[in-house]
Amino acid sequence: MMILDDFFWRAVIAGIGVALVAGPLGCFVVWRRMSYLGDTMAHSALLGIALGFFLEVDLMLGVFAVALAVAILLFIFQRQKQLANDAVLGTLSHASLAMGVLMISLMTWVRADLMEYLFGDILTVSLIDLYWIYGGGILILLTLHRLWRPLLAITFDTELAQAEGVPVIRIQLVFMLLVAAVIALSMKIIGILLVTSLLIIPVSAARRLSQTPEQMALGGVLIGIASVVLGLGTSLQIDTPSGPSIVIASVLFFFAANLFPLRKFQ
Amino acid sequence: MSTSIENTSDLSDTEAKKQILLQTNNLSLRAGERQLLSSISLTVSTAEIVTVIGPNGAGKTTLLRLLLGLISPDSGSIYKKPELRIGYLPQKVTVDPILPLSVSRIMSLTGKYSSRQIENALEETGVSFLKNKPVFQLSRGEFQRAMLARALLKNPELLVLDEPVQGVDYMGESELYKLIGNLRENHGCSVLMVSHDLHVVMASTDRVLCLNQHICCEGQPEDVSRHPEYLRLFGLDTGKSLAVYSHHHDHTHHLPKILPGDN
Repeated sequence: MMILDDFFWRAVIAGIGVALVAGPLGCFVVWRRMSYLGDTMAHSALLGIALGFFLEVDLMLGVFAVALAVAILLFIFQRQKQLANDAVLGTLSHASLAMGVLMISLMTWVRADLMEYLFGDILTVSLIDLYWIYGGGILILLTLHRLWRPLLAITFDTELAQAEGVPVIRIQLVFMLLVAAVIALSMKIIGILLVTSLLIIPVSAARRLSQTPEQMALGGVLIGIASVVLGLGTSLQIDTPSGPSIVIASVLFFFAANLFPLRKFQ
Repeated sequence: MSTSIENTSDLSDTEAKKQILLQTNNLSLRAGERQLLSSISLTVSTAEIVTVIGPNGAGKTTLLRLLLGLISPDSGSIYKKPELRIGYLPQKVTVDPILPLSVSRIMSLTGKYSSRQIENALEETGVSFLKNKPVFQLSRGEFQRAMLARALLKNPELLVLDEPVQGVDYMGESELYKLIGNLRENHGCSVLMVSHDLHVVMASTDRVLCLNQHICCEGQPEDVSRHPEYLRLFGLDTGKSLAVYSHHHDHTHHLPKILPGDN
C-alpha cells in the first residue's frame, strides 16, 4: 500500500489504532481512579526500553514486560496494605525511571536519543509497528469486550462483585495486563512521559456527552482519533514532537466539552 | 428445596420445618496482634430476621465478610445450605459522577434480567420512577432501595445487609426497616443485618446478636435490651432509647411536618 510508505500516514494510522484501544480501556482507568497507576507504569517504560536495548529484543516487548512487572508489584503491595497507595506508586514510578536512565547511560554503545522515547517521534513508526499496534490492539479489544461486564461490576463495587461470584483478582490482573500492553503499543506515538494522556483525556472529555458507559468509551475513541489527526497534522506542519502535539489537541477537546454551559452530568 | 438436616430429631415439628441456611461454629479471626473476632457461633434459619448490633469496631462488617466468603477465618467453620442464594448490600457503595450508570443498568451488572423483571423489582422497593436516573444523583435512601431491588433480582433465600439505613434520615429509616420486613413476608427470605443503632432496629427483628469481638449476648430484642452485657456496651442511656422504641408510634406525630424527605 502506497500510503503506508509515507511516514506521516503511517503515524496517523498507528495513532488511530492506539486511540481505538485507548478509549474503552481509558474509561476504566478513569472510573477506577487509576490514572496515577497508569503514570507509574508509563514511567517504568524507560526501564523497559533500557532492558530492550540490553537484551536486544523489540523495545515494545521490554516496555510491556516492565510495565506488567510494576503493575504486579503494585498489586502485591496493595494487598498487604502496609503503605499508602500513592507512596507505593511514587516509589515504583521513580525507582523504575531512575533505573532506566542509569541503565541507558551505562550502555555506552547505545546511541539513543532519549527525547525520542520520552515524547514520541512520528518518524520512527515502522510498518512492523503498525502490525504490532493493530494485531495487539485487536487482541486487547477482544479481551476487553469479554471483561466489560465483570469489570463494570468490579468498578461499581469490588466486594459486591466478589460476593456475586466475579473472579475479581483474575480480572484485575488481566486488566493490568491490558493497560501494560496499550502503554507499550502507544509509546512510539505519544512517548513515555505522556503515554497515559491518551487513556485519560479523551474519555474525560467525552464524559459530559455520554449517558452510558459504552457511550463514554465510544466518545473517547472519537475524540482520541480527532486528537491524533489534529496533533500529528500540527506536528508535521510546524515540526513539533508528536506526543505533546496530540496531548494539546486532546486537551482542547477536553476544555471545549467542559466549558459549554451544558446541564449537569446526565 | 427441602434439604433435610441431620440433627433435627429432638426439635418439635414446626421447628424441624425451619431449615438452617447458615451456621457458623467457633469462627475466629485475627489481624496481627489484634483479635478481630473470637469463637463466633451463630445460626440463621429460614424466614427470620437476625440483627447483629455492636459498637464501632466490634467486627460486624468483618463477620459479614467472613460469612460471604470474602475473607477466610483463622479457625472455625461455616456451613451454608448448598447453593444458598444470597443477596448482599455492602455498607458503603459510592458511585463517582465520572461513571455514567443508570439505576436500571446497575441492576444487571452481574446477571441478565428482562426489563420487566427489573421494573417489578424496583416497583417492589418503591423506586421504579428512578429507573433511568443516574445512580450518583440518588439520595442515600433511594440508593439503598435500588440496591435492595437489585438483591431481590437474585431471588435470594438470605439477604445480608450491612448497615442498610446508615445515612438515611429518621423517617426514611423506619420506612426502610418496614420494607425489609415486607420483603421477608413476601419472599420468605431470611435477613441477616448489621446495625449500630439500637431502638429502631429492635422493632423489626426476631433475634438480636450483640457483638463486640465475641457474641456478648443474644436472644429476642426485649431480652437482649435488658441483658447486663448489652447495657454495659451501650451504656445506661439505653433505657431511654427503649422507651423511644416501645412508644415509637406515639412519637412520629411530634416530629415537624416538613422533614428532609427520603424520596
